[in-house]
Amino acid sequence: MNEVHDKEYTTLSSERNAYLKGQKRTQRLIFAWQIGILLQFLFFWELFARMGIIDSFILSQPSRIASTFVSMAKYDLLLHVGVTVYETLVGFVLGVIIGTALAVVLWWSSFISKISEPYLVVLNSLPKIALGPVIIIIVGAGTEAIIFMALAISLIVTVLEMLNGFRHTNREYIRMASTFGATKGQIFLKVVFPYNISTLFNSLKINIGLSLVGVIAGEFLVSKAGLGYLIVYGGQVFKMDLVMASVIILAIVAALMYQGVVLLQKLAMRWYSH
Amino acid sequence: MNILEVKNIAQKYQAENGETIAIKDVSFSAEKGEFISIVGPSGCGKSTLLSIISGLLKPTAGEVFVNGSRVLEVTSHIGYMLQNDNLLDWRTIYKNVLFGLEIRNIKTPENVARAEDLLKKYGLYEFRNNYPSQLSGGMRQRAALIRTLAVNPDLLLLDEAFSALDYQTRLTVTDDVYGILKQEQVTTIMVTHDIPESISMSDRIIILTQRPAEIKEMMSIDFNMENRTPLSCRNNPNFSRYFNHIWKELSIYE
Repeated sequence: MNEVHDKEYTTLSSERNAYLKGQKRTQRLIFAWQIGILLQFLFFWELFARMGIIDSFILSQPSRIASTFVSMAKYDLLLHVGVTVYETLVGFVLGVIIGTALAVVLWWSSFISKISEPYLVVLNSLPKIALGPVIIIIVGAGTEAIIFMALAISLIVTVLEMLNGFRHTNREYIRMASTFGATKGQIFLKVVFPYNISTLFNSLKINIGLSLVGVIAGEFLVSKAGLGYLIVYGGQVFKMDLVMASVIILAIVAALMYQGVVLLQKLAMRWYSH
Repeated sequence: MNILEVKNIAQKYQAENGETIAIKDVSFSAEKGEFISIVGPSGCGKSTLLSIISGLLKPTAGEVFVNGSRVLEVTSHIGYMLQNDNLLDWRTIYKNVLFGLEIRNIKTPENVARAEDLLKKYGLYEFRNNYPSQLSGGMRQRAALIRTLAVNPDLLLLDEAFSALDYQTRLTVTDDVYGILKQEQVTTIMVTHDIPESISMSDRIIILTQRPAEIKEMMSIDFNMENRTPLSCRNNPNFSRYFNHIWKELSIYE
């Protein structure tokens, strides 16, 4: 071991100090640019809107979005956010559970897997939003339809992703388990599934985004509340401030949910100690 | 009584483009505590033979008996070690060692205590809470051996078990493993392509012919040494004699 660990040396060499300082400076610079670009964007947007260079009726403007945001917050913002988050989470959880279960079945029986292959390929490439009207007619124009849409979009991806992970489990591990006489169930529970914990979380990260796509698409078609509803409603009555504010809130909600999955992954990894 | 009896084993593989005879007719037996190596030209069916003995593979013809009872499937009488240590990287060394007991549903307090004893005896106890990635190749191989021995097999099968290690580690690990196996009095069948390794560890060496495999020669290895170890064997004058003999036998097929 030739590495010099900072903890072990209270006095650092001047080269090391310079190196660490340089690293910190670069990080700060990156952060400053990230914030700076956003602030400048908002500044010029507001400026051009006030100068009349861009039409704030069509493109809105930051100050109006902010005041819309404030009035929404006083009124029913939480309801709309809550509805969208609820629908997304239900679709997400269902998608993960059903998708993983299907992947287990397909891993278990290569016969069933071979039979279902063409169906999976077609279903995977089909834009699920096209099924919207069918879904509404079958499950009714309500929350169920929206959740169903989220499920339709995320399910097949989960199945394929998990199945792929299961199939790429280290063969030698499986062989080792068989030398102890492991049954197929044991091989799955003790080798294949733990081996694919990171696959599962990668699929969760994709899924939370896809579920949100499904929910917003669903809310565009049928809804009485939710962020998708606000966006469509705002568009129909030409309230671009409302549309923009909703889109920004949606972006924040999406980022938070994604971070939630990342946090969950960290906890699970510590628990499972990968 | 013999621990292992292999009687007239034959193996054919079926594929779309025809039939391959991997093993023609192989019979041999092993006594308690004996170390037997199987060498042969590459692709001669050495590993197939081991899979058959383990019960993982059903032979086309012939029978295998361990402790007098016929092997029809994987049983707890047989331990099987593969080329890679295959320690599961999400389990600690301790949990890896208990893996076999878990799979066989024999994780009794006595068996766990036995596994812990093995860990202590062979210098891994203080690393029991470490993960495989934190251990050296030699230690990992030792952990894999303890995992295999924890189920208390009567017969141990080693399938090129050291070939994934670098040369230096390999020499120390074979010494290590040899010591453990002799101390625990485990009957061992090892398949290897490494002639020096087979000579240094074995009491007997079985030389197989090219595919379809038959036994070409059964050699007894005797160094007239007390407390022989694989390393000390390598310095014995007989070593090169054995080596040259096996080399000649095998080079006919090159």
